Amino acid sequence: MPDQSLPATTFAELALPLFDQLYNFAHWLTQDRSEAEDLVQETYTKALRGFGGFQIGTNFRAWMFRILRNAFLTSRTGLKASSGEEELDSLASVDPSPEDVLIQEVERDIVRQALTELPVASREILLLCEVEEMKYEEIAQVLQIPIGTVMSRLYRARQALRNLVSEKLKGKTAWPVS
Amino acid sequence: MACELMREKLDAYVDGELLPSEARQFGIHVRGCSACAVDVLDRVQMKKAVSGAGKAYEASTEFRRRMLGELAKADRGRKSWGWKLVLAPAALVLIISLGLMLLVGREKSRHERTFGELADLHVMTLASATPVDVVSTDRHTVKPWFEGKIPFAFNLPELQGTDFTLIGGKVAYLGQSPGAQLIYRIRKHQVSVFIFQERGEANAWASDPLSMLSFTFQTWSKNGLRYYVVGDIPVSDVESLSKLFRDAG
Repeated sequence: MPDQSLPATTFAELALPLFDQLYNFAHWLTQDRSEAEDLVQETYTKALRGFGGFQIGTNFRAWMFRILRNAFLTSRTGLKASSGEEELDSLASVDPSPEDVLIQEVERDIVRQALTELPVASREILLLCEVEEMKYEEIAQVLQIPIGTVMSRLYRARQALRNLVSEKLKGKTAWPVS
Repeated sequence: MACELMREKLDAYVDGELLPSEARQFGIHVRGCSACAVDVLDRVQMKKAVSGAGKAYEASTEFRRRMLGELAKADRGRKSWGWKLVLAPAALVLIISLGLMLLVGREKSRHERTFGELADLHVMTLASATPVDVVSTDRHTVKPWFEGKIPFAFNLPELQGTDFTLIGGKVAYLGQSPGAQLIYRIRKHQVSVFIFQERGEANAWASDPLSMLSFTFQTWSKNGLRYYVVGDIPVSDVESLSKLFRDAG
């Protein structure tokens, strides 16, 4: 039950500014507008219901992202996506081929396409780190994993993305791949 | 510090996760080690690329409105009746304000993204070995060059008696739409003026110059075209160049 002693508008005050970020993250996870909307709606419903258990002063953003991610993982799309997570290591183990020219107009589309093709576990950690600019500790709270795992998962995700982008950029432009 | 040790901490350094003392030590090493500097640059570029590409999706206006309504209703329903009677008007005002903030924030972040993309284009142009495709200080040479390359025409200002010199131009793309990029020089600085077709947001932009990412920006709309001035020059110079374009007819 929600804590009736909390200020009347605290939830809206805290949760509404996160709407755009949560929607973007949900869309990236589901890859579908309608599913992303359902996921955001479910997140807000669950968060509102559980708001009484939230400790004011702790990381609200991480709490909201964690709710969204857990809701995604238990959805049909999420279950399907998480069953393919073993792809991460094989993707990350491919040796990157060097590309040594600058990214220009094609960059954004290619990176976006590569992100879409990454397994969810890689995509979500890259989005939390690079788009949401979360610190490792905050990412650890969202994903409910130790900080060491955040670092190793992030490393593998970057390698996997680098390899995908590198392949897509063959014959085009790329950022220098070490 | 040896390179091998550095490489283990490369990601943490770029992600800003090192202790200040470690980051300082790392910075000193990178300045003197070209191999590590290349690795750092590589990672920074990758972060930037993912950050830009990752901000890809926006909720529809309809869904946004529906969520705001549902949240307002649910949040009010969460409270006891006694509290509701006292706080409902204030809560409603706050929720409406937050809703407006959200809509304004969405516009703001879209504008910041546009400015970020234009700053990238400007920097890449300056870093390029061939910054412009038509090289001329004569506006009567540069303007006709764009005919047939972009789906609109524009006028360039007369620069006689000003500190500005036209260097040339090239076709640029913003949101996959083609437009013109003109490069001007003022003293030792170079400035880009981008011209694209207006995309139905004429009233949403602030007309005053603003500073972001060490660049000064100004934008305005005229005759269905949107102009952007981008450069690391003082606001007064940006305003002077903007005025020249506005007066160009």
